[in-house]
Amino acid sequence: MTDTSYDRAPGDQSVPLDEEESGPSSILIYSIGLVLSLGLTATSFWAANTNLLWGPGVPLGLVVLAVAQMGIHLVFFLHITTGPDNTNNVLALAFGTLIVTVVVSGSLVIMTNLNDNLMPPAGMQMRH
Amino acid sequence: MIPLGKLDWSAIPFDQPIIMAASGMMVLGIAFVLGWTGLKGYWPYLWREWLTSVDHKRIGVMYLVLALLMLLRGFTDAIMMRAQQAVAAGAPGYLPPEHFDQIFSAHGTIMIFFVAMPLVIGLMNFAVPLQLGIRDVAFPTLNSVSLWLTASGILLTNMSLVIGEFAKTGWVAYPPLSELQFSPGVGVDYYLWALQISGIGTLLTGINFVTTILKTRAPGMGYTRMPVFCWTALASNLLIVAAFPVLTATLAMLLLDRYLGFHFFTVDSGGNPMMYVNLFWVWGHPEVYILVLPAFGVFSEVTATFSGKPLFGYRSMVGATMVICIFAYLVWLHHFFTMGAGAGVNAFFGIMSMIIAVPTGVKIFNWLFTMYGGRVQFTSPILWTVGFMVTFVVGGLTGVLLAVPPADFQLHNSLFLVAHFHHVIIPGVVFGAFAGYTYWFPKAFGFKLDDRWGKASFWCWFLGFHLAFMPLYVVGLMGMTRRMQHYDVLSWQPWLLVAAGGAVVILAGIFCQIMQLAVSIRHRERLRDLTGDPWNGRTLEWSTPSPPPAWNYPVLPRVDGIDAFWRAKQIARVHPAQPAKAREYEAIELPRNSPTGFVTAFFAVVTGFALIWHIWWMAGLGLLGAFVTLLVFAFRRQEEEEIPAAEIARFERTRQREAVP
Amino acid sequence: MSLTATIGDIPRGIPASEAGPAPKRIVVAYGFWIFLLSDVVMFSAFFSAYAVLVHATAGGPTGAQLFNQVSVAIETACLLASSYTCGLMSIAITRHHRLGTYLGAAATFALGLAFLAIELNEFAGMIARDAGPQRSSFLSAFFTLVGCHGLHVTAGLVWLIVMMAQVATRGYAAVVQRRLQCFSLFWHFLDIIWVWLFTVVYLMGVRP
Repeated sequence: MTDTSYDRAPGDQSVPLDEEESGPSSILIYSIGLVLSLGLTATSFWAANTNLLWGPGVPLGLVVLAVAQMGIHLVFFLHITTGPDNTNNVLALAFGTLIVTVVVSGSLVIMTNLNDNLMPPAGMQMRH
Repeated sequence: MIPLGKLDWSAIPFDQPIIMAASGMMVLGIAFVLGWTGLKGYWPYLWREWLTSVDHKRIGVMYLVLALLMLLRGFTDAIMMRAQQAVAAGAPGYLPPEHFDQIFSAHGTIMIFFVAMPLVIGLMNFAVPLQLGIRDVAFPTLNSVSLWLTASGILLTNMSLVIGEFAKTGWVAYPPLSELQFSPGVGVDYYLWALQISGIGTLLTGINFVTTILKTRAPGMGYTRMPVFCWTALASNLLIVAAFPVLTATLAMLLLDRYLGFHFFTVDSGGNPMMYVNLFWVWGHPEVYILVLPAFGVFSEVTATFSGKPLFGYRSMVGATMVICIFAYLVWLHHFFTMGAGAGVNAFFGIMSMIIAVPTGVKIFNWLFTMYGGRVQFTSPILWTVGFMVTFVVGGLTGVLLAVPPADFQLHNSLFLVAHFHHVIIPGVVFGAFAGYTYWFPKAFGFKLDDRWGKASFWCWFLGFHLAFMPLYVVGLMGMTRRMQHYDVLSWQPWLLVAAGGAVVILAGIFCQIMQLAVSIRHRERLRDLTGDPWNGRTLEWSTPSPPPAWNYPVLPRVDGIDAFWRAKQIARVHPAQPAKAREYEAIELPRNSPTGFVTAFFAVVTGFALIWHIWWMAGLGLLGAFVTLLVFAFRRQEEEEIPAAEIARFERTRQREAVP
Repeated sequence: MSLTATIGDIPRGIPASEAGPAPKRIVVAYGFWIFLLSDVVMFSAFFSAYAVLVHATAGGPTGAQLFNQVSVAIETACLLASSYTCGLMSIAITRHHRLGTYLGAAATFALGLAFLAIELNEFAGMIARDAGPQRSSFLSAFFTLVGCHGLHVTAGLVWLIVMMAQVATRGYAAVVQRRLQCFSLFWHFLDIIWVWLFTVVYLMGVRP
């Protein structure tokens, strides 16, 4: 039974680990990840503080940058790929992302809605 | 004088005869069991073979023992409430309000967390690795930790009966009532720490089983060859992994409010109690499906086995299970329609709640079509199953009624609601667990349960259930809210008397189950299962002897289709087995027993108790103890022990001799 | 009844789902992956609470008045760099390179500790300015969310010490390697959480 017939463990690299030349290339992968992350982080900090951008769009931009950086970490640090041996790991990740999205966005929608409905505008008490 | 925080002699309610009597019974019971086993010299055996066991089968059995004991406790609470409401028409009844409040809170907490959860987790522990054709779960020692952390939560909850009090807030502990300002006693703290500790155990179970099912199936068992029970266990454990952390976080916020003066859910400083309700039900609704999905799996196995047919619509069953698994996460607002969300939000969640009834309907039809044309044997597992189908459909329909927001505005917080959720949880979870208990009992212990007592128990439960809960729909519609210690509307009383009578009939059902166990143990030789396959089963667990050896399978089975054991039997019928040739067995590595779980749980109880009573030094010691325990575990050298090939060969030879009639 | 008699050997090239129990390394890492998933869900509850309560300052200070972006940038750099050194440590581990492992671990530990020190300093400064968690719901949610991440970092540092003790006493035994792999998953995951923290709490928080 060869190793390839199993799924890959999360965090494992696809490069065979025992080969000599794997060393530099995996350092390179981490380094690329570091550089990209630094760039995205710097962009985030810049975007939050600049006046050059359209203000209301900035939070959305920051979220996009965070998603991108999360992707960088997943690919370059955690070595998640789209390969078939990674399907289980990616599916678990997708399930987690779905749940997190549902919890956060659902809670926000519900709580905002509740707050709006429970904060009567001025003068509303007069009518009741 | 050792500083003991808030703890002193006034914590023990000497002035309350009912509580003192119950506490006395509990303490005497524990002392009797400990003394009897000690006198008989069973302690070393129990420690070696059970308390430190990491064998999934024994852990499963211990979960079920815990659950059935706690069922007795929770049911005692139930019958006390029914008795109180039956007599408290324009009268104070026999339970003072503060005691009644503790009883309904303890009843809900115990039944959900310490009966229903251990029941389904116990069945999964016992059956899933056997059905997957493997020797144990992915992380056996972690499994033992899970079990004992659950037991810690149970112990803390029961300690609250003797020392101090339990929450008076209902099992959901909504703030601001559960905040320090309005619940200054230790009751809510007992609730919170018991649930935090057992919640960690449950989360670890979820991780363990997801990994087991996804990564360690027997060779050849692809996803579409897994037994349906394993699929439902997978869905249920995915939901545990996705939902329990939310409960942990929510309860942690309430703890921070109570212990450190934070303002998450307080009424001042910007706190928002509604957020607790929201987050609680983000966990709470998936929890419903965590409980009911494994029961659906049991029903699927039982229906197929006792109809002698493959399950109708395997793929649609799997699909329905996974759809429920996702949709379970999209309906939580229906628990608080009346809290003030707008029409749009309420409508969305109302419609989602109705849609989730569709995959459940698919399942019901699959079971019906499985039975259709089959040769159904009406043993007690199938009685529980049929009883479930009949009852659950009605309970589900009242649920669809409640999913209509305008109707919910009328019915919420009434006994109609109480009747509804008992109407789905009792048939769905309890009947399912009893079906599984009867179904797998011979596999666990090597002899069947007495069927006559089993049937008697079913009929008592079935009739008692309807007597106890149908009247609650009526009084609910008449306007009776839940959790009333007394009431002035005399026209409710006849219905509540009937409900109390129903509880007595259920009590008779429980009595029949105790008798069933006693009678079966007495006649175990007559009920002995030598073949390992008493029901003509379909899935792999029935290919092992009853009870299975510690290693389950001498050689891991190779699977080439659904219902692997059934297929093997069909092939064997066509090609009769050659005279058994001497097989070569290999030595098997099994995980060593470990006291880690038990010791960690001991320190968890110490920590929890210390935190409840604000004994900070003791809490520190407890945490340190738990940490050191884990360190010792991390540094142990020998993790596995080897079963020599000769022992396996000897076991298999004996088994083949015995199995020949 | 013997099931093994029914079919022969599995041909090569069968899908992973039918290959039988996976090797322990994969099982352990996957189990830890699922644990991380559950941890993310727990953080999502704290994030939700923070997002709901972010404006509930009860007359107290707001994020814009409290947060110091320079120290947050330094914290971020520390954590990111420690993720990188953790990666270098995993490379050294796969090559069974002792010195590299210790150096990587030491760098990771130092950077993590620096992160924690800055964070605690920030917390202490806020509490000293009467902006502690008891001041308002916003601050309760802030301290809980950021503090929960800080607790995870602390746990990671303790874990790292234990793992180095294991490398020292037991070398690169299979079990030690599995645990180190889980540690590196944990550490990278903490960095991902921090990305969301500085984005949602600090960067969005300082905007009006």
